[in-house]
Amino acid sequence: MGSKPRLTGYRRPDGTMGIRNHVIILPVDDLSNAAAEAVAKVVPGTLALPHSYGRLQFGEDLELTFRTLIGTGLNGNVAAVVVIGIEPKWTERVAAGIAKSGKPVASFSIEGKGDLQVIADAARTAQIFLQDASEITREPATEGDLIMSIKCGESDTTSGLGSCPTTSEAVDRWVAAGGTVFFGETSELTGGEHLIADRCIDDACRNLFQKTYDNYIKVIESTGANLLGSQPTQGNIAGGLTTIEEKALGNIAKTGSVPVVGVLAPAEAPPRNKQGLYFMDTSSAAAECVTLMAAAGAVIHLFPTGQGNVIGNPIEPVLKLTANKKTAASMKEHIDLDVSGLLRQEYNLTKAGDMMMEVIERTVNGRLCAAEALGHREYTFTKLYISA
Amino acid sequence: MAKVPDFLLHHDGDSVAVANDDLQPGTLEGLSVKEQTKHTAVLNHAIPLGHKFALKDHAEGEAIIKYGIKVGIASQPIKKGDYVHTHNMRSYRWEASRA
Repeated sequence: MGSKPRLTGYRRPDGTMGIRNHVIILPVDDLSNAAAEAVAKVVPGTLALPHSYGRLQFGEDLELTFRTLIGTGLNGNVAAVVVIGIEPKWTERVAAGIAKSGKPVASFSIEGKGDLQVIADAARTAQIFLQDASEITREPATEGDLIMSIKCGESDTTSGLGSCPTTSEAVDRWVAAGGTVFFGETSELTGGEHLIADRCIDDACRNLFQKTYDNYIKVIESTGANLLGSQPTQGNIAGGLTTIEEKALGNIAKTGSVPVVGVLAPAEAPPRNKQGLYFMDTSSAAAECVTLMAAAGAVIHLFPTGQGNVIGNPIEPVLKLTANKKTAASMKEHIDLDVSGLLRQEYNLTKAGDMMMEVIERTVNGRLCAAEALGHREYTFTKLYISA
Repeated sequence: MAKVPDFLLHHDGDSVAVANDDLQPGTLEGLSVKEQTKHTAVLNHAIPLGHKFALKDHAEGEAIIKYGIKVGIASQPIKKGDYVHTHNMRSYRWEASRA
């Protein structure tokens, strides 16, 4: 009798794997959201990814938007992509970037045709992509095939005591099994950045980490702003967190104990041949951070929360755990794992880690997480500066 | 089953502890998560779940220690047992960030 594989996923033509099988309708720019959403209505089962940018961006900011769009299409959770943009040049650039994976990709531009013609043409292609994708079956997978990402939100002091240490257990186990994990939230390391620097695997990694951190903080500090209420957020403060340093140590408590093997730019995919824990330079805002991590290839996200964040992502399942018993009760529909028992000393961290791994495995194998079931599809771009 | 601790501290030696439930003033029993050492403390104010109180007196400007690490400074004198939050504690890294 054959035993059931512990983890399963969908293998893509370039060898990457995912745990979902989405056919996405990807607008290149804000102007193309309407057509993309119309296609997804005509062909239910496809998924439109509306967003707010993509026009008159330039330089590094534009490159980040391209990297985010192309990376979203390359994500292992995506089977096929219909790209729609206002004009052909950038539309084709995005499509070509995704097509390198060997996935089915088609591009449509609106100028000279109008929305209605594009919707009709794109819908015909989307239908074929959807039917073809429905024949892709799950295969056995390993941790090494599936990139995990972590980021917490609406944290409180219970995060540092319970939900973040539980996530940490999962990170260590995932990496020990040959997997890759991303963490980010650059500003939210403040006061504990030396702990991350100490864990960098070599001097090159450490120097790049320090430079990345210093650059981000320079931008924040140059404003001279009072960040109380922004970082930490009003929710953090309501939950008992007082300073950025206190919040940062809770944040870092979720990153495991394994070395940091590399530093990634926002939405930058890690090298395929080097597994381990990576730091990615990101905002600490939940939707921005998860969008960047998904664009770098993460297919499952662990999201510890204290006061109760509701975030999801269109292509990457976002699993939420909390150790705050009030949140676990009052926002039950958003919470995939309640580890408040840790704080009541009902079980230890190893047991909480076991509980986490069970939820991860079920989610990998197809069980919808709360954010998916509730339709949370936040697709939020990081903008580096003003547009031209 | 053992009694649920009223408060938790990350490490022995931390200068603040976290309320493990909505707490009323009085004598409390707690636990350090790392060393699993039992602690007792007298709380001076009612504080909600997750909020902090001082395990020692802090002079103005003195470091506030949590996770065994400095996480802020007292922006005014804090007595042992007092509620600690934005009204009497602030970041030492982001000087402009204060209540």
